Order: sequence, then structure tokens, then C-alpha cells
Amino acid sequence: MNEQAAVVSLKSVTKDFQRGGVRALQEIDLEVRPREFISLIGPSGCGKSTLLRIVGDLVPPTSGEVVVNGKQAHQARLDRDYGIVFQDAVLYDWRTVAKNIALPLEMLDWDRARRSQRVREMVELVELGGFEDHYPWQLSGGMQQRVSIARALAFDPPLLLMDEPFGALDEMTRERMNMELLRIWQESGSTIVFVTHSIAEAVFLSTRVVVMSPRPGRITGIVDIDLPQPRNTDTREQERFFELVTEVRELLRTGDRSGEELPA
Amino acid sequence: MLRRGLVFAAVLAGLWALWEAYRAFGVAVSLTWPFEVNDRTMPHIHDMIGQLFEPSRRNGPLLIEVLGKAALFTAKEAAVGFALGASVGFLIAVALVHSTLLQRGLLPYIVASQTIPILAIAPMVVVWLGGRGLPGWFSVSVIAAYLTFFPVAINALRGLQSADPRAHELMSSYAASRWTVLWKLRVPASLPYLFSAFKIAATACVVGAIIGELPASIQDGLGGAILNFNQYYASSPESLWATNIIAALLGIAFFLLIVVTEKLVVRRAPEHFV
Repeated sequence: MNEQAAVVSLKSVTKDFQRGGVRALQEIDLEVRPREFISLIGPSGCGKSTLLRIVGDLVPPTSGEVVVNGKQAHQARLDRDYGIVFQDAVLYDWRTVAKNIALPLEMLDWDRARRSQRVREMVELVELGGFEDHYPWQLSGGMQQRVSIARALAFDPPLLLMDEPFGALDEMTRERMNMELLRIWQESGSTIVFVTHSIAEAVFLSTRVVVMSPRPGRITGIVDIDLPQPRNTDTREQERFFELVTEVRELLRTGDRSGEELPA
Repeated sequence: MLRRGLVFAAVLAGLWALWEAYRAFGVAVSLTWPFEVNDRTMPHIHDMIGQLFEPSRRNGPLLIEVLGKAALFTAKEAAVGFALGASVGFLIAVALVHSTLLQRGLLPYIVASQTIPILAIAPMVVVWLGGRGLPGWFSVSVIAAYLTFFPVAINALRGLQSADPRAHELMSSYAASRWTVLWKLRVPASLPYLFSAFKIAATACVVGAIIGELPASIQDGLGGAILNFNQYYASSPESLWATNIIAALLGIAFFLLIVVTEKLVVRRAPEHFV
């Protein structure tokens, strides 16, 4: 895969936090190819969320090069080349579901008709028909997060950044959301960079899992997830799934010099 | 709604009963502390209300007509003062939220402005604006605005800063301009704070207008009426009390107007309503 085609390209990205002189990320090199589903996994404090924000140009790197969609990360942000989903849905309380989804479309000056057409499609994609006029507080956590995903995908960005989007959900909802996300990923054809600290979630969803170690955050290894697509509930019960989970877990263990508690 | 009305009526009746009971007790035992209780110090509430429907002077209109006109006059001053003060307060907050430097430099003076008693400011406002061909009541509005802008500025500032950092990151991810962030995020997020401030300001601007009428020597409003009936307190205490009731009703009316507007404007989770 040549450099031109990479959706995200990181070259020796380092991040120091001025306060306390903490090195959050050290010499990160990574290429994300189109239509990939990449998970960043590591214990708390490994800088995975910071790395995601550097890709999104929400936090500047101390040094290194960040190229998104073939341009500098800053230009990519100005061009609205990515959508972002946070751990909390971050919906605007004063807007209905439909209006929350329409928010980025308003930014892009889409006219009303085009906006409502697109909102209808997105509501259908995340299966929230009938809830268009509800306010965020009237929805469950899982539904809120679906609105948030719809909002991120509404303007059809080539890249979707997700920062532990299902971290606040219960296990049942989380597994259902995982299935939905895979379906959405396949239907929308976007590239996803996904931050998580659940090994099972990372292996189940991803095409590649990037394992990181803490203090300073470095890439310990990258595991190719060769589970067949499309994935379904049976995937989690396959022999290969457990092998991959074990592989990721061991990489986490070797990288974790501080001996911190590992995520389940 | 019916329940609310009943509670309101019950509280009102309770206060009424309390007043009359204390009065009856004071008269019966000839209470002298903290003050002597009699028709002059504590008129019957029904006498105060009755006074409203007596002629204000021999062959003159009823007191309630006189006070009604005065209340409308004061309401105009207060409303203009509110609009002026709320706008200035909001604009100050918008300026401060975009500049830490301004915030550090200006905020202490804004706070200090409120430590100066309004009675010290009022005569100067009247002198400054009186000679400008502006109507006299406008000076009173400016004085009311002086009391209004402060709670609005302080609360609006807090409200404009109240949005979650993630909500701001979302805006950054859209490469939104400051202007867009202001209108699509900061202002809507500030509305509950703004309306809390408006509620304080609504009553403050009425008080400001009434007090402002005194140094402005304006006779047409409630301030003028209070001054007037104060002079005749010995002979007719009920008139002053009746005026106070009207003044209180005006303040309540302003407050309720804000409450109703808030219900119409602010779409929030029910627990966010004050």
C-alpha cells in the first residue's frame, strides 16, 4: 500500500505534556489504510485517547508528522475529513435527535431539504426510526450513542474516530452496539480508528489491533485480525478468536512494565 | 396545576392569618416590643385592600386607578431598564468569555460597580442624561439597568462557559468558527443560567425603577406614590401599604413573565428547571 492511499499516516509522533514534563507518546509510527478498522488498545494512561486527538488535530503533537487523507492533520480538520464519537454521546441537550444529527450538516451549510433527507437516512442506518423528535435525555445510553454515531457519519467523512464509544454501556448493550457498528462500518464504507480497553471488543471489531504500553505510550505490537468477515455472534466462540485474544493479552503484558492491572 | 393553585392560596391565607393573629395578640396584650401594635403600625389587610377602592382624594379617582397608572409607568421604566441591562450584561459576558485578559482586568470593576449604592449613582445619571433631551423616565430606566446588568453578566459568563469540554472538541472537529461556537453551543448552553439571572434581574429592575424615581423627582410612578403616601402615613397608613402591595404585584408580574418565557424557550431535562 503506497503512502498516498493511507487514510492516516503517523511518523514518529511524540507528545510531551508541559505540565509535569510527562511524555505521553513516544515515536509512534502507524499507517491506517482505507476501509480498515483499527483499534488502539492499552491500559489507562498509555496515551491512546491522546493519539486519537492528535489524528483529529484536537491536540497538537510535540513532534512528528500527522497526515490524514493525504494532507496535514490541521488541513484535514478544516476540510471536515473525519467524524468523531466520544465515550459520552455529547449530544446537545437542547436539540432533538434529528437536530443533533443535523448539526454537522448545518456547519457545512447544507440546505434544509438536503439536511432532512440525510437525517432520515442516518436515523434509518442507526435504527432510531420514531425517535427523531425525542430529546437526548429521553433516550437510553445505547440510543444516545447511536445518535452520536449517526451525527459523526452524517456528512460522510472518510474517517471515523471513536474514543471508547461503548465504555459507559453495559455488557449486553455493548455487544449489540458492536454488531451494529460492524454493520454500519460495512454499509458506510468508512475507515475507523477505535480506542478501547476491552481486548474482546478490539479483536471482535477490528481488522488490526494496535497494542500500546504506558508511560511513555509506545506501540508494543500490531496484531492482524484474520477472522472472517462479516463477523457475527458465532465469531466470539471461534477457536481463532480466543487465540487472537490471548495474543493481544500477552502483548499487553510484555508492554506493561509497571505491572498495572490488566483489563479483562 | 390545580394543586399548585391550592398551595398558593393556602400559603397566602396562612400569611394573612399570621398577620392578623399577631396583630390581635399585640393589641390584646398591649405589646410594645419590638413596636407597638395598632391600626397605624399594622393596619388590617382587608383595610389595605379596601383602601384601593376608596377615592385617592376628595372627588378624585379610586386609589387603585391612580396606582394602576403609576404601576404601568414604573413598569415601562423597569422594562426598558431590563432590556437595556440584560443586553449590556449579556454583551459583557460574551466579551469576557472570549478574553481571559478582559476577564481578569474587567471583572473586579464589574463587581465593584455593585458595591456603590444606587442612591449615590442615581443623581449623577439624572444630571448626565437630563440635559440630553431624553425623557425623564429614561434616566430611571438607566438606573434600573444598572441593577440588572450585573446578575445577567455574571450568570451569562458562567453559562457561556458551562458547556462540556467534549462539546467544544466536537465543535473543533467541525472546524467551527468562534461565532458558530457562540451561537450553536455557548448561547444555548447558557440559557438555564441566563434565565436564573433574568429572574433576579426582573425583580431588581422593578426595585431599581422605583428607587430611581426618587432622585429623578418623577411623580408619575410607584416611587412617587410611595414618597407621597409616606408623608400622609400618620393619617392614612393603609394607602402606603396598598401601594406596597401594588409594587410587590408588579415585581411578581415581571418574575412570572420570565418564568413563562423560560418554559417556552428552554428545552431541557425536567430536573434542570429551577
